[in-house]
Amino acid sequence: MAVDVSHDLLGAIGGVPRPETDVVVDARGVNKWFGRLHVLKDVSLQVKRQETVVVIGPSGSGKTTFIRCLNHLEKIQSGRIFVNGHLIGYREAGSGGKLVEDKEKNIALQRQEIGMVFQRFNLFPHMTALENIIEAPIQVRGAGKDEAVAMGRALLDRVGLAAKEKSYPNQLSGGQQQRVAIARALAMKPALMLFDEPTSALDPEMIGEVLEVMKELAREGMTMIVVSHEMGFAREVANRVVMMDEGVVVEEGTPDQLFSQPTQERTKTFLSKIL
Amino acid sequence: MARSIGSLGIRRARLAGFLLLLVFVVSACSSNKGATYHFEWDITFRSILSPNGAIINGLWLTIAISIVAQLLGVVLGIFAALGKMSKIWPFRLVANFYIWFFRGTPLIVQLTMFYYAPQIAHIVTWPTFGLGPFSFSDSAVTIGCLIMGVNEGAYMAEIVRAGILAVDPGQSEAAKSLGMNYRQTMSRVVLPQAARVIIPPLGNEFNNMIKNTSLLYALSVYELFTTFDNYAVTSFQYFEYFFACCFWYLLLTTIWGLVQARIEVRFSRGSGPTSTGISWRERLLGRANPDEISVLGGH
Ligand SMILES: Nc1ncnc2c1ncn2[C@@H]1O[C@H](COP(=O)(O)OP(=O)(O)O)[C@@H](O)[C@H]1O
Ligand SMILES: [Mg+2]
Repeated sequence: MAVDVSHDLLGAIGGVPRPETDVVVDARGVNKWFGRLHVLKDVSLQVKRQETVVVIGPSGSGKTTFIRCLNHLEKIQSGRIFVNGHLIGYREAGSGGKLVEDKEKNIALQRQEIGMVFQRFNLFPHMTALENIIEAPIQVRGAGKDEAVAMGRALLDRVGLAAKEKSYPNQLSGGQQQRVAIARALAMKPALMLFDEPTSALDPEMIGEVLEVMKELAREGMTMIVVSHEMGFAREVANRVVMMDEGVVVEEGTPDQLFSQPTQERTKTFLSKIL
Repeated sequence: MARSIGSLGIRRARLAGFLLLLVFVVSACSSNKGATYHFEWDITFRSILSPNGAIINGLWLTIAISIVAQLLGVVLGIFAALGKMSKIWPFRLVANFYIWFFRGTPLIVQLTMFYYAPQIAHIVTWPTFGLGPFSFSDSAVTIGCLIMGVNEGAYMAEIVRAGILAVDPGQSEAAKSLGMNYRQTMSRVVLPQAARVIIPPLGNEFNNMIKNTSLLYALSVYELFTTFDNYAVTSFQYFEYFFACCFWYLLLTTIWGLVQARIEVRFSRGSGPTSTGISWRERLLGRANPDEISVLGGH
């Protein structure tokens, strides 16, 4: 299905959000356990302003967990995560370098800068497409209703869903729901967008329309981390591809390097399975 | 299968109940054991067709107390449910204790104890208060209503909790990832969706509430039951007055049943499969299941 995605997606939110730092994501030595399961082992990753990083790796390697740590949907046990210059989820307690969990208010503030798109969309089923989009700008940012609605409509228009503003999520196809979900995240004017396998719950014919929106975002200069095995997407817009396995960043490089000349055995094995 | 038998059972039970009542009344009228009892059925008819001020007042009190106590119960239930699920252990402790106590002791004991004990012990004299259109001039009404609401909150807590747990965790994650705080996440995203699960049992709770207000008899609150009981014992026309009393309760619970059906249909809108709703006829006569036919047919 051809979807008319506008070439001015970020125009709907007043232009490309400008992160305050050159390095938008700076994760250093992140360790995460689920009980006794060591899920992230000293993971470090830097993402520069306007970069698109694609994360690949076998199921269970910790990709989802890692990007959930970036907006503190998961706690970490050691390491530091900075997004847009802010330490995420924690504050330093005293001089010993010990971290304590931050106040709810500060965490909520940090999350406003980070848009997240889920595998299963997670739209609010009791709200229309437009209401989904304007909810957080009004409730969280304190935007006026008229202003939020105008921006919401512009966003819906740019993702090709202008006619669907009054539809409830269960009246939309998977691809349409995911596009609304992207618009909803963009409405908060985030400095960073996280995508967790945004097309893996979609029927094949709907994957293209969602990838189209994401490619447009990348081209317009949004900073993004995308967990996805869509090689075409990665080749087209990714600045870097990161390969994760068993909680470790195995290797990273440009899409060409990583897909054509992987240096690590684990990457080769994995690529041979998905290509 | 089980459902069809259940529904069939209900219809049979209704029929049987009605017949039993008829036989009972007829035989009671015609039996002549011991002293004669003169039935004065016009008392019943008058109490139904042209109720006096006391009955109207009792009816009004029953309705008002039920509504206020149920509203209080819902509010307390939400807080108790959130407390029970809180990350902060003192909240959990308080919520668990509250639920444990009020679900674990009889309502009539709670009413009697909390109303009389502090006054007998000269700790407090309960004040009176007015709440908008519900002006309770009597401290027994006020405090009784309050205790009924607090008791109801303990039951609502479990219902609300089940409702919250039924909402996909992805919903609160989506809300949080948009920068919403706990309060916004709960009030804007989680609770409205939990409502779909909470509304049906809430309707049943209110049905119980209407009937349970009769326990305020213990505090001499002149709601429906106490009013009719008073007439019965002073006139010795028990059957006549209590039949009328049943009529008024049945009227209230039946009307509520119809309202409840409306509300449930409305709340199933928006997501998930839409309920087909229950017709007035089905409400009154029970619903026939398609597979009931096979039960009747013996296959
Ligand atoms: N909430 C959780 N509790 C316990 N274990 C979890 C939880 N979430 C994920 N895991 C485990 O952590 C590992 C990494 O999972 P995940 O981050 O979802 O991997 P991926 O997204 O790469 O498939 C898996 O072994 C998974 O079973
Ligand atoms: Mg995953």
